[in-house]
Amino acid sequence: MQEEISKELFQIIGPEDNEAEKIARPRVSYLRDAWRRFRQNKVATLALIILGILAFMVIFGPAISGYSFEEMDTTNRNAPPSREHWFGTDKLGRDLFARVWQGGRVSMIIGLVGAFVSSFVGCIYGGISGYFGGRVDDIMMRIVEVLISVPYLIVVILLSVVLKSKSLGTLLLAMTITGWCGIARIVRGQVLQVKSQEYVLAAQALGVKPWKIILRHVIPNVLSVVIVAITFDIPGYIFGEAFLSFLGLGIQPPNTSWGALAATAQSMYAFYPYQLFIPALMIALTMLCFTLLGDGLRDALDPRQRK
Amino acid sequence: MHNKRNEEPLVEVRNLCKYFRQGRSVLKAVDDVSFTIYRGETLGLVGESGCGKTTCGRTILKLYSATSGQVLYKGQDITNSMSARELLAFKRSAQIIFQDPYSSLDPRMTIGEIIAEGMDVHFRYTPAEKQQKVRELLAKVGLTEDYANRFAHELSGGQRQRIGIARALAVEPEFIVCDEPISALDVSIQAQIVNLLIQLQAERGLTYLFISHDLSMVKHISDRVGVMYLGSLVEVAPSKAIFAHPLHPYTQALLSAIPVADPDFEATRVRVKLEGEVPSPINPPSGCKFRTRCPHAIKVCAEQQPPLVEAEPEHFVACHCWQHLYGDGRK
Repeated sequence: MQEEISKELFQIIGPEDNEAEKIARPRVSYLRDAWRRFRQNKVATLALIILGILAFMVIFGPAISGYSFEEMDTTNRNAPPSREHWFGTDKLGRDLFARVWQGGRVSMIIGLVGAFVSSFVGCIYGGISGYFGGRVDDIMMRIVEVLISVPYLIVVILLSVVLKSKSLGTLLLAMTITGWCGIARIVRGQVLQVKSQEYVLAAQALGVKPWKIILRHVIPNVLSVVIVAITFDIPGYIFGEAFLSFLGLGIQPPNTSWGALAATAQSMYAFYPYQLFIPALMIALTMLCFTLLGDGLRDALDPRQRK
Repeated sequence: MHNKRNEEPLVEVRNLCKYFRQGRSVLKAVDDVSFTIYRGETLGLVGESGCGKTTCGRTILKLYSATSGQVLYKGQDITNSMSARELLAFKRSAQIIFQDPYSSLDPRMTIGEIIAEGMDVHFRYTPAEKQQKVRELLAKVGLTEDYANRFAHELSGGQRQRIGIARALAVEPEFIVCDEPISALDVSIQAQIVNLLIQLQAERGLTYLFISHDLSMVKHISDRVGVMYLGSLVEVAPSKAIFAHPLHPYTQALLSAIPVADPDFEATRVRVKLEGEVPSPINPPSGCKFRTRCPHAIKVCAEQQPPLVEAEPEHFVACHCWQHLYGDGRK
């Protein structure tokens, strides 16, 4: 006994206005979108804030301390941290708070300038090598391989001997003279990869001019990798400087850097551990923050991470 | 299908060669290929991977410069130097759709920007007009306008391929090289894309060079079919003719490799199986390039390269033996 189900019982509701297909979102530019994604990364944001504080202190710290970093006070040597000297004084009675931030200036300058100079040179060199390819690429990359195989400690020692100076400039020159090779390799690889993508061919087929292809397709697709490489390069330079200064090859007194501060404090760290601890903490903190920042930037600048 | 074509040649390829230098040796990707594409038709180009189909398509569009030979587009030789204006006009008129929908869209650009890229080169639209055009094109390829603000990685393969088609259409071309546009897609999407291409052709009178290794798809879309082997064209004929009675042994082998959706037939049919591998295009065999794998090869095949001859009206074949094989007692 089947019940009759007549057609009239059915009613066509119809699809719901195609709302399902509609996933509209407001137009956001690429950079703003990257910034939004960056802020969602709490660790990277914290690293950026710490770096901001460090930068502020490095710029204004010596002035805040009220002391000059070279001013000696022989009556007050190796003083522990106090209200007058927040980080104490060193064996010549110089205010360590002022010296730490003064040293930070040197370390930060070396890190930033070194990374930017080497990436500037590296981008141009790697870009040319990758874009032209073929024999040009072969020759240029062989040169890089030769340069990369020279230990930079030797270069630094040789340069300071030849130039008879151990100034900031010499140190920068010595570190960047082979330092750009890494970036050049990264950029070359990226350019080669982007160049062979079909969207570049599509742009050529559309008649887009070569310089515009470089501007619209090659550079934006290489840029994020370069930015990340720069952020990862900065701690390398800071550490390089600290290491050289620690060995006595870097910044000379009365000027100072975090590495030099650590080197002087190291001989007496059993008695005055804070003299070693503070500059070492600064080096570690800055390097860690730049690395975390680089991590965050890499994720933020990758549109595939967009949610 | 044959009637939609008129007899005006749009693209004439004459003795086209494209060699790539690989160290000391030379890779002959396209070796002395000649064919004609008539306005409004679809010429299918089939062959195994690495036989030079894609290189051929790209050389026709001047994406690669030809080693020798000519490509005439509307009677104008595009392989020679052209003025900037002529080149731009050619680029507007002849477009390409790529194989890999993942690498053919810039991941840094929104869909709207990708589609508008060609408009910026060829037309002077105001921003509002441009947006309007992008919306029209998205609708044309079956997507909603919301997609304009999205990035390529948010779309599926089929959607991306639609964007690739919209980008090509944006400059209002007459001739489109479809470079294996469906081989990266799954079967249900393939049919959608092919039907979209057929529909666009009907609406806009487009001419296609449809490169593929999928013979059944080529049969579905093409008016005429060209078969390539190792950089050379071995057979060109109207679609019906080539599928009904292929003359070249290589074409026969290709056709017999198409799976048939009939298990009884599939079990009983005799398949032409080819022995061995495709020889290297760096050092191709002498004479007929197919002779090393051809079951009918005779002495002359090793000595002379067979010319492409008109075996029957509009059916061209490059084989020394076709007459012996089919000349008198053809089945």
